[in-house]
Amino acid sequence: MDNLVRILGTDLGRMLAGLIGVIALVSVNALFLIWMERKVAAHMQLRPGPMEVGWHGAIQTIADALKLMGKELITPAEVDRSVYLLAPIVVFLPVLLSFLVIPFSQTLVIRDMNVGVLLILAFAALTVLAILMAGWASNNKYAVFGSIRSVAQNVAYEIPLLITVMSPILMVGSYRLTDIVAAQEKFWFIVSQPLAFILYITCATAETNRAPFDLPEAESELVAGFHTEYSGMRFGLFFLAEYTNMFIVAALATIFFLGGWRGPVLPGWVWFLLKVYAIIFLIMWFRWTFPRVRFDQLITFAWKILIPLAFANLLLTALVMKLM
Amino acid sequence: MHEPGQEEKTYVLNFGPQHPSTHGVLRVELQMEGEFITKAAPDIGYGHRGHEHMAENRNYQQFLPNMGRVDYLHALAYNQGYCMAVEKLTGLEVPERAEFIRVITAELNRIASHLLWVGAYLLDLGAFTPFLYCFDDRENILDLLDRVTGSRLTYCYYRFGGVPKDIDDEFMAGCRAFITRLRGRFKDYDDLVTKNIIFIKRTRDIGVISKEQCVRYGLTGPMVRGSGIPYDIRKSEPYSVYPRFDFEIPIGERGDIMDRYLVRIREMAQSLRIIEQALDKLPDGPIMAEKVPKRIKPAAGEVYQAVETARGEFGCYIVSEGDIKPYRIKLRVPSFGNLSILPEIAVDTLVADLVAILGSIDVVVPEIDR
Amino acid sequence: MVTYFKEILTGFYSLLAGMAVTIKYFVKPIVTVQYPRQKLSMSPAYRGHTEFVLDLETGTHRCIACEMCARICPSQLITVEGVKIDPKKKVPRKYVIEYQYCSLCGLCVESCPTKALKFSEEYRLAGFSREDCVVDLLARLQAQQQRAGLAVTPRPEARREEGEAKPEGEVKG
Ligand code: SF4
Ligand code: SF4
Repeated sequence: MDNLVRILGTDLGRMLAGLIGVIALVSVNALFLIWMERKVAAHMQLRPGPMEVGWHGAIQTIADALKLMGKELITPAEVDRSVYLLAPIVVFLPVLLSFLVIPFSQTLVIRDMNVGVLLILAFAALTVLAILMAGWASNNKYAVFGSIRSVAQNVAYEIPLLITVMSPILMVGSYRLTDIVAAQEKFWFIVSQPLAFILYITCATAETNRAPFDLPEAESELVAGFHTEYSGMRFGLFFLAEYTNMFIVAALATIFFLGGWRGPVLPGWVWFLLKVYAIIFLIMWFRWTFPRVRFDQLITFAWKILIPLAFANLLLTALVMKLM
Repeated sequence: MHEPGQEEKTYVLNFGPQHPSTHGVLRVELQMEGEFITKAAPDIGYGHRGHEHMAENRNYQQFLPNMGRVDYLHALAYNQGYCMAVEKLTGLEVPERAEFIRVITAELNRIASHLLWVGAYLLDLGAFTPFLYCFDDRENILDLLDRVTGSRLTYCYYRFGGVPKDIDDEFMAGCRAFITRLRGRFKDYDDLVTKNIIFIKRTRDIGVISKEQCVRYGLTGPMVRGSGIPYDIRKSEPYSVYPRFDFEIPIGERGDIMDRYLVRIREMAQSLRIIEQALDKLPDGPIMAEKVPKRIKPAAGEVYQAVETARGEFGCYIVSEGDIKPYRIKLRVPSFGNLSILPEIAVDTLVADLVAILGSIDVVVPEIDR
Repeated sequence: MVTYFKEILTGFYSLLAGMAVTIKYFVKPIVTVQYPRQKLSMSPAYRGHTEFVLDLETGTHRCIACEMCARICPSQLITVEGVKIDPKKKVPRKYVIEYQYCSLCGLCVESCPTKALKFSEEYRLAGFSREDCVVDLLARLQAQQQRAGLAVTPRPEARREEGEAKPEGEVKG
């Protein structure tokens, strides 16, 4: 027992324990989110959704995951084998790493770095690489389409995303995520930065390739986009990454705008999770309401509307900070 | 194939026959430059069933069930077109009540078809939820039609000389309830779809068809009306009891997808009006002509009868040689003509637009491959 | 500039309006039926496969084996074999439909001179083979009579000289 405490006390031990915790969290989160997505969609569409496995279909996802694992892993002829096989892993790793710096509560953070924000955003950018790899290696026109779109989209939306989060960072003066939460003691930043919040959610939806910006996998246009040729658990990994990504952007939104773990009565991490899932609900709500935007409109939207607005917001913030 | 050393600029993308948004087995061969289409060639015939040939090998009655399967979404209009053609050929008089019942059921079916189109079209554009709302409404119609026709999709209801089953009070009450319900739902569709900025961006000024093109390609139905030509068989060559009802032919202005969408939405409202009037005026009387011969054996001759289906003009051309079997039946289907314009309007658009344009044509592929 | 902001605002508002619609339905009760836990009743006009009308007066069917239905059927899927049980009366010895070809048009029901046919309310019609879809209307009627506690109509034997007195094959009812 003493030994355990000592090991956990060291940095490495903390990282290890954290990694195990994160993997557990990622799986449970994905299981929950998939169920939640299906339920949200179903109820918006006046139907009950999965009902058979477990209470209200709660463990339906486990059944689906088992089925997915039982599927044959198809490697089509003439794919670029090594890249094709590597892509699902590459899509998943950065997502895991992002969890390193997310503060679930005041103390529950694996590694509280002073460049936390940058780390997460840098890792998020890596996902694009994986999608590009997957699309390119698949040797399928639809998949290439999907990945090309994905690259253009992610590059375009990373810019406003960064500029948007600069505003709260400017108010705090630190890249450390715990600092940002600490600075929201009096009021949440959503109050002082409503525009930034809206912009952030928009960009985050696009960054995670969620509808209405789900162009890389636009079902009715590109069949399944970049993962058209993937089957079984390889496809499962892409799926897992998508939902984990959602968790991360929602967690960031919580930290930046909703006061992180702050909240009365309940322990910090509960509040944190509640807020994260509220944001995720919002993103799901978008998906089940809107049609998909067209590719060129998507890019135009980023450059002509999001970036100017984000800049304006940043300037305004800077101005107000200066005057105060 | 390009020569070695020469730069390849375009490539071919097979859109279908198995693709989420081709609605059946339709293949469009696309010549692409990046995401832009330089040439689109629809390839049909994957689901050919030879309905016209079947007609030559069976007697007049026996061809009735086929009519529910050419265009399964507006099957009753096909029933009507064929029955009217044969009635014209044999000189059968249809009692008034039967005509009214035909109009009510055919209009209900038209709404069902348009509702399905709206839902499926939004699905093409990536919005899932309206699809389910439309199906919820459509389900009501199917329940109603189920009560009289006995089936929910491939109806085979009209007979030469009338209809075999009368409508009851419960059906009429159900119709009226449905009319109120759908009218109340239009606002939701408006908010959810018509006014949605993303939807407007996806459909305004996309796939524009000029009046001249409409005429040149022989388009019919919402496709021409969207371009501003008020051509509707129900008004321009009135048949059945349509002249007795007061309804309008909605038309568009610009001829883009949005206009075609609006035309269809407004048509639903007009159909509701027709049904309402028909229910009010419904006369009593027989539903079947007296003395319908057991074997239909028309004298030699030929006849053409057109009706307006949800997709456009359906024409039934029958040549009889005085036998119990028709010598030849030619079905003029609207989707075939409407699809023919695709190569012209799909050029220089994106793949996403192609999906939008193809959807807006509202093709029913089995109808093309009849 | 003004149009630019106006477009953003109206666009944003239209998105909110759309979201209001979906959330409105989100809290509404569901409309679907959880088959097979819940079942709907079939409408009276529903067309399943055909079956004999059980005439309550005579306690049996009304078919006179005239073969009108078999002749009108577009898919020619009805097999009727009649047998004369007395010089005036003919009854079917075999009435089998191969339901898999049926287009449920209703012509057989309408053409029957004695109104001996009607549509059943059977809707669980999936099978693993063609043979699963073959319905013997006489056997079905017998089962129905048994359930109603009526005298079961026996399958009339063919007369010797007609030669085909072999027992029926494996036909499901
Ligand atoms: S069911 Fe009717 S039509 Fe058919 S053989 Fe019997 S009596 Fe004749
Ligand atoms: S419903 Fe039509 S297809 Fe079916 S058995 Fe009767 S006549 Fe034949």
